[in-house]
Amino acid sequence: MINLIMPSPDPVVLERRGDAVEASPETEEIALTFQIKNLSVWYGEKRAIETVTMDIPSNAVTSIIGPSGCGKSSFLRCLNRMHELVPRTRMDGTVLLLGQDLYSADVDPAIVRRRIGMVFQKSNPFPTMSIGDNVTIGLRLNGVRDHKFLNERLEKSLRMAALWDEVKDDLHKPGTSLSGGQQQRLCIARALAVEPEVVLMDEPCSALDPIATAKIEELIHELKTQYTIVIVTHNMQQAGRVSDYTAFLYLGKLIEFGPTTKIFTNPSERQTEDYITGRFG
Amino acid sequence: MHARRADKHAWRKTKNVLVSAATFLSAVAVVAPLALVFFHLVMNGASSVNWAFFTQLPKPVGVIGGGMANAIVGSLELLALASAIGVPIGVLGGVYLAEYGSARANSTLRFIADVLNGVPSITWGVVVYGLVVLRFKSFSGYAGGLALGLIMVPLILRTTEEVILLVPNGYREAALALGIARWKTIVHVVMKTASKGIITGILLALARIGGETAPLLFTAFGNRFWNHDLAEPIAALPLQVFTYAISPYDDWHRQAWAGALVLVVGIFCVNVLVRILTRERKPSIV
Repeated sequence: MINLIMPSPDPVVLERRGDAVEASPETEEIALTFQIKNLSVWYGEKRAIETVTMDIPSNAVTSIIGPSGCGKSSFLRCLNRMHELVPRTRMDGTVLLLGQDLYSADVDPAIVRRRIGMVFQKSNPFPTMSIGDNVTIGLRLNGVRDHKFLNERLEKSLRMAALWDEVKDDLHKPGTSLSGGQQQRLCIARALAVEPEVVLMDEPCSALDPIATAKIEELIHELKTQYTIVIVTHNMQQAGRVSDYTAFLYLGKLIEFGPTTKIFTNPSERQTEDYITGRFG
Repeated sequence: MHARRADKHAWRKTKNVLVSAATFLSAVAVVAPLALVFFHLVMNGASSVNWAFFTQLPKPVGVIGGGMANAIVGSLELLALASAIGVPIGVLGGVYLAEYGSARANSTLRFIADVLNGVPSITWGVVVYGLVVLRFKSFSGYAGGLALGLIMVPLILRTTEEVILLVPNGYREAALALGIARWKTIVHVVMKTASKGIITGILLALARIGGETAPLLFTAFGNRFWNHDLAEPIAALPLQVFTYAISPYDDWHRQAWAGALVLVVGIFCVNVLVRILTRERKPSIV
C-alpha cells in the first residue's frame, strides 16, 4: 500500500507506482491515476475553478487547454497541492491519486509533492547550485546520503531528460550556465530524480524556441511509457502533438474531456469547436 | 515681441546654469566631508599609527608612547559578542518577516523595527545600564556587547527581510514541488540564494556599531588595562578615542587621532568588502 500519510523513516523509499495501480475498483479498462470530483477553487472571493469532474488515465499524456485565465494552471496546481502556497485560497471537492484522497487531513503535502513532480513555465534551476547538485537536491534534502546512489540517480535522471550527453562533462558548472532549453530539461531531470509517479507540466515550452520545444515534446513522448503526464499548454498544436487525452477548460469550467483525436476532429461541444478552430481565445 | 522672447530665453539659460551649479555644489558638499575627515585624520593621526599603537597598553599620564592594543582587542570582543546576539535574532527575524506570519502582524513588526532603527544609540546604552549594569552592580563587556547587539537586531532584520523577498518565488515553488519540507526549502534554497545579501547586511551592521561610542559609555565603560573577563569593564576603540580626545594632554590627543584613523580605515575596509560582495550578487539572483 502506498504510504501517503507520513514521511517514511527511510526517505529513500519513495513508493513505486506498481504497488498500487490496482487500488481503485473502477480501473477495469483504463488505469486511472487521478480521479477528480467536483473540484472548485477560490482565490479570495474569485472562483477560479467550478466543479470540475474528470479522470486522468495512467501512462498517458493528458493536456489541459483553454484561453488565458481559464483556470488551467490552478487546476494543475490542485493536483499536487501547490495552489495552497497562494494565500487566501480555498478548495472544495476531492482529488484521488491512485484511489487515495490527497486532501484528507492526515496527508502531508510534502509527500504528495514528492510523488507528483512538477515542471514550471519558467525554467528555474537553483542559481547557487551546480548542474549535478540541481538534479540531486530533492534526494539530498530528503535525507539521501549515499554518494553511489546519488550518482546513479543523477545519470539516470539526466539520461531520461535527454540531457546527459550535453552536460556529462560539466556537472560541476552552475545550472544557470545552460541555455534556456537545456535549463528546462535540467528542471525535468530534477523532477524525475525523486522518482515521482506523475509529472505535471505547466506550459513547459512557452519560453522556448521551436527546436528546444521539439526536444521537450520528444521527451514527453518517451516519458509517458513510465509516467503519467499532465501538461498545461496554450498551444493547441502542441496539445495535438503530444497528448493522448485533452481537456478543454473555459472560465473555470470543464467544457469537454476526451481522447485528443476526438476533441480535435469531432468535438461534441460547440464551445470546444469554436476554440479549436480559432474562432475565439 | 522678438526682444521679449530673447529675454525669456536668456533668463531660462541663466536659471539652468544656476540650478546646475547648485546641484553640483550639493554633490560636492556630500563628498567633501569624507575627503576632509580622512585627510584630517591622516594628517593628525598617521604619525602615531605605529607598531606600538597596535601592541602596547596605554601609558600613564605624562609617559610618552604606548598604544591601544587592549582597546582594539576589546572592540573586536565586543563586536563578536554583539554579533552573537544580533546576527541570529536579526537573521531569523528577517526570515520570519519574509516567509511566515500574517501580513497585518508583519507590517506592525516592520514598523517597530524601523522605529528601533531610528532610536538614538545612547538610548540603548541607558536601557542596558538599567537592565544589566545596575542589576549586576558592575560595568561589563557583556553589557557593552548587549547594547551593541540590540542596535544590530533591527538593522539586520530589515536587510535580511529585503534580500529574502528578492529571491524569485519560482525557486521556492521548485523546491516545494520536489517534496522538500518548507524549512529546508527556506534554509537550503531561499537563504542560500540570498546569502550574499544577508552577509552584506551583517557587515553593514557591524560597520555601523563598530564606531558607536555612546552605548558603551555606561555599559562597557572602558579600561586602561588588558581584560578578557567579559564580566568586568572592557576597553573599546571608540571609547578610548573619546577619553583621550577630551583629555588635556597633547600625546593623548595624538593617540586619539590615530585611534580614529584606525577605526575609519577598518570601517572603510568593511564597506569595500560589502561592495565586492554586492557586485557579485547580481548574476546569482537572476
